Amino acid sequence: MNIAIAGGGAVSPAGWGIQALREALAGGDALPTTDLARPGWDRPLRVRTVPAPVTKPAALGHPRLRRASAITRYAVAAAVEALGADATPERCGRLGLILCVMSGCVQYSRRFYDEVLKDPASASPLVFPETVFNAPSSHLATLLGTPAINYTLVGDPGTYLQGLALGADWLRRKRVDGCLVVGAEEIDWATADSFGMFSRRVILSEGAGALYLRRGDGGVPVELRSVSDSHLFLQGQTRLEATRRTRAQLPAADSRHLLCEGAQGVPRFDAEETAVWQDWPGARLAPKRLLGEGLMAAAAWQCVAALDALQAGQYPAASVSVVGCNQQAIGAHFSGSR
Amino acid sequence: MLFPPSRDCPTPSRVVITGAGVITALGRGWKSNAAGFRAGRVAFRPVTLFEVAKQRAKMAAEVDLTGVLPSTRLRAGAEENLDRASKLLLLAAHEAWQQAGWEPTEDLPMVLGTTSGGMSLGEAYYRQAIATPHRRRGQTMRALQYQAQRQALDLADAFGFHGPVTIIANACASGANAIGHASELVRSGRYDRVLTGGYDALSHLVFAGFDSLQALSTTQCRPFDARRDGLGLGEGAAVLMLESLEPARRRGANILGEIAGYGATSDLHHLTQPHPQGDAAWASMKEACEASGVEPAQIQYVNAHGTGTPLNDAAEAAAINRLFGEHAATLPVSSTKSSIGHLLGAAGAVEAIVCLMALRGQWLPPTTTLQERDPACAFPVVTHATDAPLDYALTNSFGFGGANASLILRRWA
Repeated sequence: MNIAIAGGGAVSPAGWGIQALREALAGGDALPTTDLARPGWDRPLRVRTVPAPVTKPAALGHPRLRRASAITRYAVAAAVEALGADATPERCGRLGLILCVMSGCVQYSRRFYDEVLKDPASASPLVFPETVFNAPSSHLATLLGTPAINYTLVGDPGTYLQGLALGADWLRRKRVDGCLVVGAEEIDWATADSFGMFSRRVILSEGAGALYLRRGDGGVPVELRSVSDSHLFLQGQTRLEATRRTRAQLPAADSRHLLCEGAQGVPRFDAEETAVWQDWPGARLAPKRLLGEGLMAAAAWQCVAALDALQAGQYPAASVSVVGCNQQAIGAHFSGSR
Repeated sequence: MLFPPSRDCPTPSRVVITGAGVITALGRGWKSNAAGFRAGRVAFRPVTLFEVAKQRAKMAAEVDLTGVLPSTRLRAGAEENLDRASKLLLLAAHEAWQQAGWEPTEDLPMVLGTTSGGMSLGEAYYRQAIATPHRRRGQTMRALQYQAQRQALDLADAFGFHGPVTIIANACASGANAIGHASELVRSGRYDRVLTGGYDALSHLVFAGFDSLQALSTTQCRPFDARRDGLGLGEGAAVLMLESLEPARRRGANILGEIAGYGATSDLHHLTQPHPQGDAAWASMKEACEASGVEPAQIQYVNAHGTGTPLNDAAEAAAINRLFGEHAATLPVSSTKSSIGHLLGAAGAVEAIVCLMALRGQWLPPTTTLQERDPACAFPVVTHATDAPLDYALTNSFGFGGANASLILRRWA
């Protein structure tokens, strides 16, 4: 059975929508950073945030999103863009949802805990439910009117590709008629502060990316061809070994193919991926170099960028490499129309 | 490859349980927990892990974690960094692993459920970041170890596992979703065995969160009681080793029970409140029955989600009444949260093991604190451990965000 990528969506520091992502990648310049105040420090943190939308997506007017956090708004906008005309309960059938996050709803979590430390008796009951990892996917399910299976997966950015494999499996087993796989993150100073401990050069960013998977029935413009095993970083397996094993499971290098890599311009984080993929003969895209370390959203942007390039007919196939922060190396392969 | 699968099974495999480990406030391990449930013990006590003086509720079911951890392959430094949640997970996994009789293997997938991973480390990180912004000592470790994937990798390192790790964070249904997902991986032929379960430790943020919602009981957690006033939080972990039947038989494994079916649905009604008629709960149980090929009339015991909140128990009762119809009048239902509290991401996994205990021992676990049954319950609520013939048990887990999951377990005779 073929697994079709029926649509994609993105929210990133480049803006709301795939077009903004496409233009930023085509431009080739790193997006400007903004300052984020870090309490107790004179010097702000440098981050890349999502700009306000030029036109607010209609879906964000849903009553369930009144108090929703930024991550929910990003996830919803990317998902609705990916679904296109199928973004209605009548059209989407049994639609499975897989939301992948690493930091998750960190803004409300930090805010709520801050309230708890100051006075637990007055901590907001409106904020707490929005701290839960699956709050964004709950809102999304309600907005789309889909009561089908809905998982929130937590892990490092490689988890997004695990989510794609899971969605493909649900389709293959006919558990669902379609499946949205969304990767999303939001920035908070606490997250940016913690990443700064590992490298001062890392620039955290935020947003979401989504792919809409359907069973392929011929004439499919883009297909998910394969997802490698998840190669864990363990006591007995280094990041380099995990990355090598990932590449070995993806199709052989081909100068006509595109590589969407996860490098972000921080040698400490990029070393293993750079070493393993250094002989790639074809074109490369590295969204994180321009958009920043968007964690799960960034892994989704890589896939959305690959989809966009394949839909445009620029390449016959694309491989995506994700060497995660602290869990796994994993890869995926997509093909254009054959 | 994760996709396409390198192997597939045209005929669905039966999924059996060959190892089970559990730790709750009733104690460490199967024996002490089974004895505690049998005796109708209630394990709540005043909270000692964090300050609760300014909060409405003061009690929780804390686990006594004193004592040494089992010997594992973890490096000394890694063992020192284990937080409370990781220790709970490690202890439950060790029991399941030993019972299953497996050696470290190249490919043992793990599917775990949690709501908050190492939240207490995240809390400590934040407190230090605010109090002494330029002091970094210990912060790197906290930033790493609070993440759920780090706890899962520590478990992999501890026992030498190498398979993919999947962490499901579907609020209070996480543990049941994890077991259900793991059972589907085995049933479909993707893997011969999967280690699965759920874990969560008490944390200040989560306790204060439920307290802020006025969801915590200020008296005593009394599921399905007419005067119930809320839930009680607990902590713990439960881990199961699931295997495909034929390979388990070939190696002579001791089979404890079977995962017969799994249902998972989404309740779209409200972020924190179930549909008043329990529509999604009904659909989840119905889907589990259909997946297992079992008629509702064949279910002989329901371990309910039964949090003790007015809204949950009313909706769940409506769903049980509706699905089981006339059979409900004689269907024993209980909520063991009355003894050990609501274990959030661990709840579904622990309650699956409670069902396994019931099926193996042929007895009904009680709702220990019931005083006056809510007349909305068309079913009898078990109040004392009672011997009963059981072949099928169903367990429910319903979470924030409308994450609903039901599992059906079958006795292995």
